[in-house]
Amino acid sequence: MNAPDAVLAQESGVVLDPARSILWRAAVSRSSVELKSFFRNRQSLVFTLLLPIVLLVVLGSIFSGTVPGTHTDFKQMFIAGIIACGVMSVSFNGLAISVAIERDTGMIRRLASSPMPKSAYFIGKVVRVAVTGTLETVLLLAVAVLAFGLPLPSTAARWETLVWVLLLGGVSCTLLAVAFSSVIPNARSASAIVTLPFLVLQFISGVFFPYSQLPAWMQTVAALFPLKWMTQGLRSVFLPNDFAHVEPAGVWELDRVALVLAAWCLAGLALSFLTFRWRGPNVR
Amino acid sequence: MSMVAEQANPVHVRSLRKRYGPVNAVEEVDLDVRSGEVFALLGPNGAGKTTTVEILVGVRRRTSGDVRVLGRDPAEDAPEWRARIGVVPQTTGAYTDLTVREVVEHFAAFYPAPLPVAEVIDMVGLGKQARKQTQALSGGQARRLDVAVGVVGDPDLIFLDEPTTGLDPVARREAWDLVRYFAGRGKTTVLTTHYLDEVEALAQRAAVIVGGRVVESGPVAELGGRRETPAAVSFTRTDGLGAGLPALPDDAVVEEAEGLVVVRTHHPTEAMAALLPWAAASGVRELPDLRIHRPSLEEIYLDLIRSNQEGGVV
Repeated sequence: MNAPDAVLAQESGVVLDPARSILWRAAVSRSSVELKSFFRNRQSLVFTLLLPIVLLVVLGSIFSGTVPGTHTDFKQMFIAGIIACGVMSVSFNGLAISVAIERDTGMIRRLASSPMPKSAYFIGKVVRVAVTGTLETVLLLAVAVLAFGLPLPSTAARWETLVWVLLLGGVSCTLLAVAFSSVIPNARSASAIVTLPFLVLQFISGVFFPYSQLPAWMQTVAALFPLKWMTQGLRSVFLPNDFAHVEPAGVWELDRVALVLAAWCLAGLALSFLTFRWRGPNVR
Repeated sequence: MSMVAEQANPVHVRSLRKRYGPVNAVEEVDLDVRSGEVFALLGPNGAGKTTTVEILVGVRRRTSGDVRVLGRDPAEDAPEWRARIGVVPQTTGAYTDLTVREVVEHFAAFYPAPLPVAEVIDMVGLGKQARKQTQALSGGQARRLDVAVGVVGDPDLIFLDEPTTGLDPVARREAWDLVRYFAGRGKTTVLTTHYLDEVEALAQRAAVIVGGRVVESGPVAELGGRRETPAAVSFTRTDGLGAGLPALPDDAVVEEAEGLVVVRTHHPTEAMAALLPWAAASGVRELPDLRIHRPSLEEIYLDLIRSNQEGGVV
């Protein structure tokens, strides 16, 4: 028998280019599996994609009047918030649940035992969030415009803000989902465990109630997490500029929105690195 | 075998140890799996078989010891190394919302030279289920899909962790055929099991692990000194036979208690050749309860486990 190291060295010399094509093939295959599992799974469709739309339709039909201290329709404030929730739903909830399921069903263990480049797994997750996040945003916007007369962003700058707020928010929630999934013990409890922080953040981040009217301590807690900043950024996209004076700072604070969300992206990245496990007691 | 030749074996393990807190799951494991053979890791539940395999396939870190699998340290986790090993873990995987074909295609995408997907699906006997979603598979079918996922990369070395636990007898035989199929292709297979018939049917060599230690290893036919253990020729003494015995082979050891005569010898045929005419001469045409008994793998295995669990280390 040849010395195995020599054989391997020889092989890895030849594999350089194939390695790139394997990453490409693996990433395409992962992405396609991610999207198939998302759209074929009733649980993920109902809980992550449809729930925000149902909330928009039901609550949008109930809420009326204007936000105190402004001439702005309460509904519009709510719609700005629910779009942020929709993106959090597909990125944070959807992803944390799917990672927990893959850990529980043995998918992650099998992927770790295969030569799949580890990055392909995360590329697949990003594609999943990008596709479902875009779809969720478009659906929510369509319902809001058609059913509730939400005016689309009036300037190019506002469209830009919409894109970067959702992008930074989506990325931070995606990374936090990967980290958060490590506290989920099994697939069965995943939806329940993920829904708790989602629900609490929705209530304290200015989605259902104007943020400025929440108790100060609640505002402080909410300001620690991304959703509050996502809703604030989206209010600046959809609401008239004079609404800004009821924001706690009296202005939109877009630079601070960018800063906090970017910081969460970095923190989420670090937390994912520290907590994500290809092996271990939780990986079955 | 020389040192160099031993290290070129597909699996080479010396003094492997794995500690979980205060517990030593694997205490002292040495293994040499040779190229092209089916090697069985045999042992009771909790003996450390799975932990050992998980270390060999690089999904678990070892506490200490020297481990080489296909010439590499599994902890390196090198992708070109992974492409050459196949792993079928102990717990059956679920591939929710995907069809059999999609699952196998998915894993094939990770390998530089996978087997044709349709061929692998037929080989594990899931041809008719190829378009079915995996939730619709029976337990045995799901297990076979696991095998397909493990071997689609056409590995040189295959690890099967209890491949047949929970399968019905027919599915077990089919799983055995698969193991033989890969052995026939010149691949090396390491399988863990607690079924002795599986070891006898499939493996050329085996190691018995008890309490995290290899207590015995070698060719299956020689395990526990099976080849050296004498056979026992036994019968019940009847009145017609009188008190004595005929001349028996030189190595024969005779025990007699409550009428049962047991002759232990490496030459049972010679012993019979002496006993039968002797009985006939005494007018006894039928020796009651006459039998020749060679220790089965099961007895040897149970002996090994008993002596190692009660008496501690050999």
